[in-house]
Amino acid sequence: MKKTDTIIIGAGPVGLFAVHQLGIKGLKSVVIDNLDKVGGQCIELYPDKPIYDIPAVPECTGEELTKKLLEQIKPFNTKFFLNERVEEVKQDKENWIVKTNNKKEFLAPNIIIAGGVGSFEPRKLSVKEAEKFEGESLFYAVGNKEQFKNKNISIFGGGDSALDWALELSKFSKINLIHRREEFRGAPHTLSEIKKLEKGGKISIKTPCQLDSIEGDKNIKSITLKFDDGKTEKIKTDIILSFFGLIMKLGPIAEWGLNMSKKTIEVNSENFQTNKKGIFAAGDICTYPGKLKLILSGFHEAALASVECFKRARPNEKYRFEFTTSSKNIQERLGKK
Amino acid sequence: MPKINYKDNQGNCKTIEVENGLSVMEGAIQNDIPGIDADCGGSMACATCHVYVEEKWLGKLPKAEDAEVDMIDMAYEPKKNSRLSCQLIVTDELEGLTVITPEKQS
Repeated sequence: MKKTDTIIIGAGPVGLFAVHQLGIKGLKSVVIDNLDKVGGQCIELYPDKPIYDIPAVPECTGEELTKKLLEQIKPFNTKFFLNERVEEVKQDKENWIVKTNNKKEFLAPNIIIAGGVGSFEPRKLSVKEAEKFEGESLFYAVGNKEQFKNKNISIFGGGDSALDWALELSKFSKINLIHRREEFRGAPHTLSEIKKLEKGGKISIKTPCQLDSIEGDKNIKSITLKFDDGKTEKIKTDIILSFFGLIMKLGPIAEWGLNMSKKTIEVNSENFQTNKKGIFAAGDICTYPGKLKLILSGFHEAALASVECFKRARPNEKYRFEFTTSSKNIQERLGKK
Repeated sequence: MPKINYKDNQGNCKTIEVENGLSVMEGAIQNDIPGIDADCGGSMACATCHVYVEEKWLGKLPKAEDAEVDMIDMAYEPKKNSRLSCQLIVTDELEGLTVITPEKQS
């Protein structure tokens, strides 16, 4: 079990800035996120879209903001646990124990939930048989390419992931690329490669149609597509890959005994503590009278939460408010001597 | 103020007066209309404000941008008359618009 001062759930901008606010107060933290990279919605939803309301930054993209925040917290050498979803939170006297889906355990007096609108998960196929085959012959991500060799693979989706994997897997398997409309959205080069492979018979494109049903017992045998004109077609299929993007799910957070309002966690606006002492929420996931879902509001919330985190993590020390411009302690922690 | 009809997939309908300039999504959220989640808050990044537009209205609405159409690919059970309600801005011309919320958003 890893011990620290504060466990931060969510590696979006607010989680990253929380590292900073805790760090300058001399507190250690770890950051856990369900995605495989830091940045949260900034990276997953709008890496290239400009943001215009970060104070003193007239314009930056989600990716730039994330990079800058990472640079800002570099002095604290914070450990990130990515691809880990927090499943369980339980009390242990004055501390909290956090367990992830991969059985990692953490112990700290404080938790800051900066989880945005929950964890990102792949959007699943809506036909009811889909669940039965998931993980065996139906996948929402490609882990190990080896298992997709010499198969009949039906790939669903019209974006980059679907196109890229269609190209890659066509090297050693027969691919059906299935999309609900005629147009695909991908890099021009990828699109022209796909067209070439279609001519060569390596990839067969099925549009505009959607999945109607999946047939099979233990393994998938075939799928039935329904075209916009009402016609149906049965296609021999061993493997289904589906790339319909990510959706946000609140997930296990709802089960931790926190007071919730709709899909958000209720906090007080003094220190952003929830109804459980030592559990804080900041950013889009918290709610209080007047709450605005702005990144800058999340920064403020993280700053105030970090003060209470200090009091809980260092009960025998007195908290002293300090400015970064003048505090020797802070400058040392930032490596500015 | 234009009246917008929000129908659920069972056919239950609520009519709400929505101020000009707000989106059909905002009209729903401010009036606690179930069936529209709008996780991303209207930045066209999530497809959880997906609605089906009553057929007769399809041609009368401003056309969807490419980015909206791409995002609708990610919606739950998209159809020909699918739109993202965050992109439908209420004007007097939309008086009486009916949108149907899907069975679920994710």
